[in-house]
Amino acid sequence: MRDSLRQLLLSRWTKLVLFLLCLSPVGYVFWRAYQSNLTANPVEFVQHFTGDWTLRFLLITLSITPLRKLLNLPDLIRFRRMCGLFAFFYVCLHLLTYLWPDQNFDFAGMWKDVSKRPFITVGFLGFILLIPLALTSTKGWIRRLGGKRWQALHRLIYVTALCGVVHYYWLVKSDHRLPLFYGAILALLLLYRLSVSILKPRPAVTVSPPR
Amino acid sequence: MRKFGDLTEADITPKSVYFNRRQVLRAMGLAGAAVVGAKVFSHIAYPPASVQAGAKLNVTVKSPFSTTEKMNTFEDVTHYNNFYEFGTAKSDPSQNAGKFHTIPWTVSVEGEVKKPAKYSMDDILKLAPLEERIYRHRCVEGWSIVVPWIGYSLSTILNLAQPTEKAKYVAFQSYYDRGQMPLAEGSGILLPYEEGLRLDEAMNPLTLLCVGMYGESLPNQDGAPVRMVIPWKYGFKSIKSIVKIKLVKGQPSSTWNIYAPQEYGFYSNVNPNVDHPRWSQAAERRLGEFLRRKTLMFNGYSDQVASLYTGMDLKKNY
Repeated sequence: MRDSLRQLLLSRWTKLVLFLLCLSPVGYVFWRAYQSNLTANPVEFVQHFTGDWTLRFLLITLSITPLRKLLNLPDLIRFRRMCGLFAFFYVCLHLLTYLWPDQNFDFAGMWKDVSKRPFITVGFLGFILLIPLALTSTKGWIRRLGGKRWQALHRLIYVTALCGVVHYYWLVKSDHRLPLFYGAILALLLLYRLSVSILKPRPAVTVSPPR
Repeated sequence: MRKFGDLTEADITPKSVYFNRRQVLRAMGLAGAAVVGAKVFSHIAYPPASVQAGAKLNVTVKSPFSTTEKMNTFEDVTHYNNFYEFGTAKSDPSQNAGKFHTIPWTVSVEGEVKKPAKYSMDDILKLAPLEERIYRHRCVEGWSIVVPWIGYSLSTILNLAQPTEKAKYVAFQSYYDRGQMPLAEGSGILLPYEEGLRLDEAMNPLTLLCVGMYGESLPNQDGAPVRMVIPWKYGFKSIKSIVKIKLVKGQPSSTWNIYAPQEYGFYSNVNPNVDHPRWSQAAERRLGEFLRRKTLMFNGYSDQVASLYTGMDLKKNY
């Protein structure tokens, strides 16, 4: 049973299916657009939709490590990069809905907005921090940076996810249930890491013996 | 002032029949009654059709206050609503307000008035000739619509009540019933919804006591059966489903002002130069348009209302 599960996780096809699954929200938007069913405010709909999916993919990416340990499925690591890159993909679309229909590529106005509005500032910061992670997501970059340094850099995703939750929380008018829900999931995922790092027995400091 | 110009029937987007199940059943009931020739009975059994959501209204006056801008569709205006009593998503009210009972309905006009009164919807519909007013409507969130509202100036009903010398403000209150509005609890705002105007704002002819739109009585999700429309202020000032209009001495409290006083002031006039603390108010998205357009001072109603605020610091009195 476990072997067949492993086989499934290691299959090329699983990755392809997952890729298409990650892309399906885009398909959903096109399908609704085709039905002219993007609500009375299509721009806002797409903006919120891509924002939601950015946050979801960030949380999915962050849940892979705990799931590997808790379910004893180390092979799940195969999908982490894809999930992280999809978070980046959706945040790019999300940003585009802001740059184009909202700001009409008026970069001066946009800069004013980013610097003046905390919820946009924090959202933009989350996006900026994700860029180096997307760029260094390849095997080559892991090698060049070295595992330790690469891992340290990629801990920036914690900050991005936090930015995403705060961005959402600061945006809503009075009904904070959804941003709090995402925040609670993020808190669990981060607490898991904290507890692991506290409970993990540290290797004793060894002094190299004189030669 | 803009004049009511070249609008024809064709400009009004044909609206898909908008009936919820209840009303369909009720309509079927009415039809059945007609078949047995008991029209009179049906009128007694069911309240006059004139107050049911979706009933045709007899509009006799086209208002000079109307804009000639392209109107939004009935579909948009009934499926993109902020009515937190029925949920906080824009699509919630159209899904959840269908069963809202608006019959019978009473509006109480009280407080600092010589002639307090309780009006039924039938009374309200007969107090003055119904006017169609095509207004721009700008939400504090940064979107706007153009809607052919139906009603008459609030001053009509205020004058009947005869405000006393002491009356300086008007306080409004919405209907609230947890049983009928189970989603309201999650909205985060204090209900029943309250709003207020200064008396001179309330008496301004633009201030509309609204009973319908698109030629018909108000759909539930748009604030049935009677609401305010104050076109130069952000949409949340235009309180829905009113049960109380009270003339008062001091500035009344208002729901969003209680929730976040630094974000939603008592005046809340549309003003492109005074931003919401969290977002710019310089531009807005007219529903149906891709790019944003510039927001106009007082939502384009400066000619009618700017004089109400002469000498006032609108940055302070946001």
